[in-house]
Amino acid sequence: MITESIGGWGVVIGILAGAVRGGTPFLLVSLGECLTEKSGKINLGLEGVLLIGAMSAYAVSYQTGSPWVGVAAAGIAGAILGAIHAFLVSRPKVNDIAAGIAMLIFGSGCAFFLGKPYIQPSAPQLPAIALGGWSSIPQVEAALKISPLFFFGVAAAFLLQAFFRSTRWGMQVRAVGDSPAAAQALGISVPRTRFAAIVTGSALGGMGGAHLSLFYPGAWTEAISSGQGLMAVALVIFARWNPVKCLWASLLFGGAQAVGPSLQAVGISTGYYLWNASPYILTLGVMILTCSPKRTLIGAPGALGSSS
Amino acid sequence: MSAVATAHDPAATRGAPRTAVRWRPALEAVVLPVGAVLVALILFGAFCLTQGRNPLAVFAAIYQAAFGSGYSFQNTLVRAAPLMLTALCTALPARLGLVIIGNEGALVAGGVAATAAGLLVSTTSPLVVISCMLLAGMIGGGLWITLVGFLFYFRSVNETISSLLLNYIAIAVLNHLVNGPMRDPSSLNKPSSFPIPEDKMLPLLGSTNVHFGLIFGIIVCLLAWGLMEHTTFGFKVRMIGGNIRAARLAGLPVTRLGLITCFLAGAAAGIAGMVEVAAVQGRANESLAAGYGYAGILVAFVARHRGLPIILVATLLGGILASGGILQRQFQLPDATILVFQGLVFLVILLSESLYGKFKFFKETGA
Amino acid sequence: MKFFSRTFPLIATLATATLCSGPTRAADKVVAGFIYVGPKDDYGYNQAHSEGCRGVQKLSWVKGVEEASVPETTAVQETMRNMINLDGASVLFPTSFGYFDPHILKVAKQYPKVQFVHCGGLYTEGKHPANVGSYFGYIDEAVYVAGIVAGHATKSGKLGFIAAKPIPQVLRNINAFALGAQSVNPKATVQVIFTGEWSMPVKEAEAATSLINQGVDALTCHVDSPKVILETAERRGIFVTGYHANGAKLAPKGYLTGAEWNWSKVYTDYAEAVKAGKSLAAGTIPHLVRGGIKEGFVKVSDYGPAVTDAAKADAEAAKAKFLAGTMVIFKGPLKDNTGKEILPEGKDLAQQALELESMGWLVAGVIGSTKN
Repeated sequence: MITESIGGWGVVIGILAGAVRGGTPFLLVSLGECLTEKSGKINLGLEGVLLIGAMSAYAVSYQTGSPWVGVAAAGIAGAILGAIHAFLVSRPKVNDIAAGIAMLIFGSGCAFFLGKPYIQPSAPQLPAIALGGWSSIPQVEAALKISPLFFFGVAAAFLLQAFFRSTRWGMQVRAVGDSPAAAQALGISVPRTRFAAIVTGSALGGMGGAHLSLFYPGAWTEAISSGQGLMAVALVIFARWNPVKCLWASLLFGGAQAVGPSLQAVGISTGYYLWNASPYILTLGVMILTCSPKRTLIGAPGALGSSS
Repeated sequence: MSAVATAHDPAATRGAPRTAVRWRPALEAVVLPVGAVLVALILFGAFCLTQGRNPLAVFAAIYQAAFGSGYSFQNTLVRAAPLMLTALCTALPARLGLVIIGNEGALVAGGVAATAAGLLVSTTSPLVVISCMLLAGMIGGGLWITLVGFLFYFRSVNETISSLLLNYIAIAVLNHLVNGPMRDPSSLNKPSSFPIPEDKMLPLLGSTNVHFGLIFGIIVCLLAWGLMEHTTFGFKVRMIGGNIRAARLAGLPVTRLGLITCFLAGAAAGIAGMVEVAAVQGRANESLAAGYGYAGILVAFVARHRGLPIILVATLLGGILASGGILQRQFQLPDATILVFQGLVFLVILLSESLYGKFKFFKETGA
Repeated sequence: MKFFSRTFPLIATLATATLCSGPTRAADKVVAGFIYVGPKDDYGYNQAHSEGCRGVQKLSWVKGVEEASVPETTAVQETMRNMINLDGASVLFPTSFGYFDPHILKVAKQYPKVQFVHCGGLYTEGKHPANVGSYFGYIDEAVYVAGIVAGHATKSGKLGFIAAKPIPQVLRNINAFALGAQSVNPKATVQVIFTGEWSMPVKEAEAATSLINQGVDALTCHVDSPKVILETAERRGIFVTGYHANGAKLAPKGYLTGAEWNWSKVYTDYAEAVKAGKSLAAGTIPHLVRGGIKEGFVKVSDYGPAVTDAAKADAEAAKAKFLAGTMVIFKGPLKDNTGKEILPEGKDLAQQALELESMGWLVAGVIGSTKN
C-alpha cells in the first residue's frame, strides 16, 4: 500500500505511462480516421463514434458481464454510425465535413440518450496485461499494466501499414483516395471501397471508445471523450496518413495529456490551460513547418477535401 | 431515399404557383429542405414512440416552444442571433472553396478583443464604447481567420484542420486570460474579466427579451448576401471558388481576395463574440465558448453558404434549440433528446442536398 | 418560417385538442423550478441537487420541474422565463454558480413576485434585486472531518486533492481538508492538482495517477463528478474520501468517508416558506441561507472498513463540536503556504464569516498554487 515517492522519475514514468494509457484511444481513432481519409473522405463524426463506442462497451459489459463482448459491441456500434456517414458522403453534393459534424451531434446525442441508465452502475473492466512483475517499484508496476486494446492498436497499426503497402485491397483504397476517376477507370468501385473503409475505420474508433470506458479512465460519463475524436483528425495529418506514425503520434498526444498533471504533482503549476492546449499548438506548429506551397503533403490522399 | 422522394412530390404539386417565370429551381430550394424537415420529424416521431411518448403531442409542444407565440418566438430569435453570425464564418470562405470550421475560435477571439476594448476605452458615451467593441470584435475574429487563410495561401496548410486546431487554442487562451492576466479578483467562483459597465452594454429591442445582436445578425447576413451575390468582389470570389487556376490565369489577385474574405468571415464570428460580451455576459469568461461556432458550421452548409437562407436556417435551428427545455420539463425526456432531434434534422437536410436536380419537375423548361 | 406558420398550426391544434397536453398550472401547488448546468445523473454536483428536487417532491403540495444541461448563456434566462410563464413556477433554484451574474439578476428584475434562490452566490443588499436569495452549505465542515480520517489513514503523510479550479469554494475545501488532516497528523501535506475543468475524466484519472506515483496514499477531490477519481484510487489500492455524494460503492475497500450534500432539507425549508406566503422581498425569507453539519445541510458518509477506531473517535469528536456549534476550522495563528500570515494568534474566522467565501489562499502544508 505504501508508495514511496520517486520524485522526478515519477514525472518521466507518469508521462510515459500516460502516453500509453491516454494514447490508446487516440491510436485506435486515428487509425480509423487514417483508413477513412486514405479513401478520400474525412470523418469529423469520430467524436460521436468514440462516445457511442464508450457507451455501448460499458453498457454491454455491464449487461453481459463480459468486457470483451463490450469491446465487440463498441466496434459494431461504431460501424453502424460509420455506415450512416458513409452512406451520406457517398451521395453527390453532400460535404463530408458537414456530414461529420451532423454525425457528431447525432452520435453523441444517441450515446448520451441511451447511456443514461449506465452512468451509475459499475461495469466489469478489461483485464490489464501486467508487464511490470519484474519491478519492485509500485509506480513502474502500475505503469506497465497495459490495456489489451493498446496491443491490439499496435498490431492494427502495423497491419494497416502492410495493408496499404502490399495488399490489393490496400492499393484499391489508396487509388480511390488519390484519384477516384482513375480508380473507376481501373474497374474499382469507388462507393463500395469508401463504404468499407469508413465503416471499418469507425469500428476501430468505437473500440477506442471501449478503452475509455472499460480501461482508462474506466467509467461511462458524458464527458469521457472531451474532444479526442476531433483531435484524431489533426493527429492523422500530423502522422502524414501513415499508420505506424499514427502510433508514435498517439503516444505523443497521450503523453502531452499527462504533462500538465504530472508537473503539478511535483509542484510546478503555472499556465495549465496553455499546457492543456499543447497538443493542438504542437500539431499546428508541425503543419506549418512541414507544409509548403511548392508541394502537397507527402502521403496526402489526392481527393481529400475535394467534392469527388 | 424513396421516403424522401415521396415526401417531396405531393408538397411540390400542392404549393406550385402557375405563372412564375423562373420559379421551379427556387421552389426546389424551398421544397427540398422543407421536405427534409418533415422526414426528420417523422423519424423523430418514431423515436418518441419508442420512448412511449405521443409524437403529435411532442410536435405540438416543440412548435409551441419555438414558434407558437410571440413570447416563444423571442426565445427562438435570441438563440438564432449568434448562429447567423457564426454561420458566415463558414459560408463566406466556402464560396472561395475553403472549408473553414474555426467559427468557435473566431467568436472567442472576437469576444476577448471586444472585452479588452470595452475595458480600455473609458469615455462616457455608450455609442463610442460599443462602436469600439464592435470594431475590436471584428478585428479580433477577423485576424484569427485571416491567420487560417494566410497559412493556407502561403504555407498550403489545410484550412479545415488549422481552423479546428485554432478553436482549441482560442479557448485555451481565453481560459488562461480570464484565470490570470484579465481576471477580476471579485469574480469569485467563476473567473471572469472585469465587467463592462452596464450602461455601455447593448440594449434589448424595445420591451422584448431579444437583444441587439439579432439586428447585427440580420444586417450582416444581408450585407454578406449582397456582397457575394451582387458585387464584382463576390463574383471574383465565386470565380476563385469555381476554379482557382482559371481565376489565377484570368489575373485575379487570388491571395488578396482570399485573405479579405477570410477576414470578413472571421469578423462576422467576431461580432457574435462581441454581442455575447456586450449584450449577454457583460464580461469575458468560459461561457463565451458555448458551441455557437459549431452550430454555425451546420447552419452554413444547410443554407448552402448564402446569406439570406442563413437567416432562415438559423431561425429554424434556434427554434429547435429553444424547444429543448419543454421536452425535459413536460415529457420527462432526457437532456440528450434535443441532440438526437438536432442531429436527425441536419442529417436528413444534408441528405436532401443530393436530391437537387434529381426531379424533372424542378427543371427550368425551355431554359 | 412560412412553412411552420402555414402547416403546423393545424397539427398543433389537432394534437392539443385531442390530448390536452398544455402546460399544467397547478393552482394550489407550489411549483419549484430546478436548473442544472450538466446532466442530472453525473454522480456528483448536479445529481446531489436533483436528489434534493426529488426529496422536496415528497411533499404532496410541491411540484418540481427540472431542466438539465442548461449552459450559462441566454439559454438559462430562457429556461427561467419558461419555468415561470409556462410551468407556473413561483420559486426557482438555478444551481450553477455561473447562473447568478448576469442571468439571474436580469430575469429576477422582470419577475419581482418570483423567488430566485441561487446556490453559492453572494447576495448584496441594495445591489441585487430584492427577490434574489442565496443558499449554500458549509461542506468544508464535512471535508474537515474527512481530512481527520484521511490524516489518520495515511502512512506516507502525503495526501492528494484533485480540484477543478482555484476558486474560493474549492480552496476552502482544500484548506479544510488540510487542516483536518493536520489536526491529527501535523506533518501531513496536501498536494493539489487543478485540472482546469469541472468535468474532464481523462485528466482527472491522469491527475490521480500522478499523485499516487508521487507517494500520495489518501486522495480526495472537488470536481463535478468524482466517480473516475474514486475508481482510480481503488484500483491503485490507496485510500480515498468522497465528495458530493456517497461513493462507497465505487471504492468498497479504500473509501474512508466523504462529504455529502443534503439539499432535500434546504429545498424543503424554502418550499415551506413559500407555501406560508413568505418572500425574499418582504424579508420573511432570509437573503443568505447557510448551514453546515449542525443545520443538516451537509453530512459525512458512513465510515468505510479501513477506518480505525482512533480515527473514528477523532472524527466523531469533531462532528460533535460542529453539532454543538463550537468548532472553528479557520483559527489563528494561520499562515498560508507562501509564509504570509492569514490570521494572527487569537483571531478566528467563524463559518459565517464572509471573508471565507472569497478566500484566495492555501494554508501552510498545501503544495500547490492558486495562480494558473
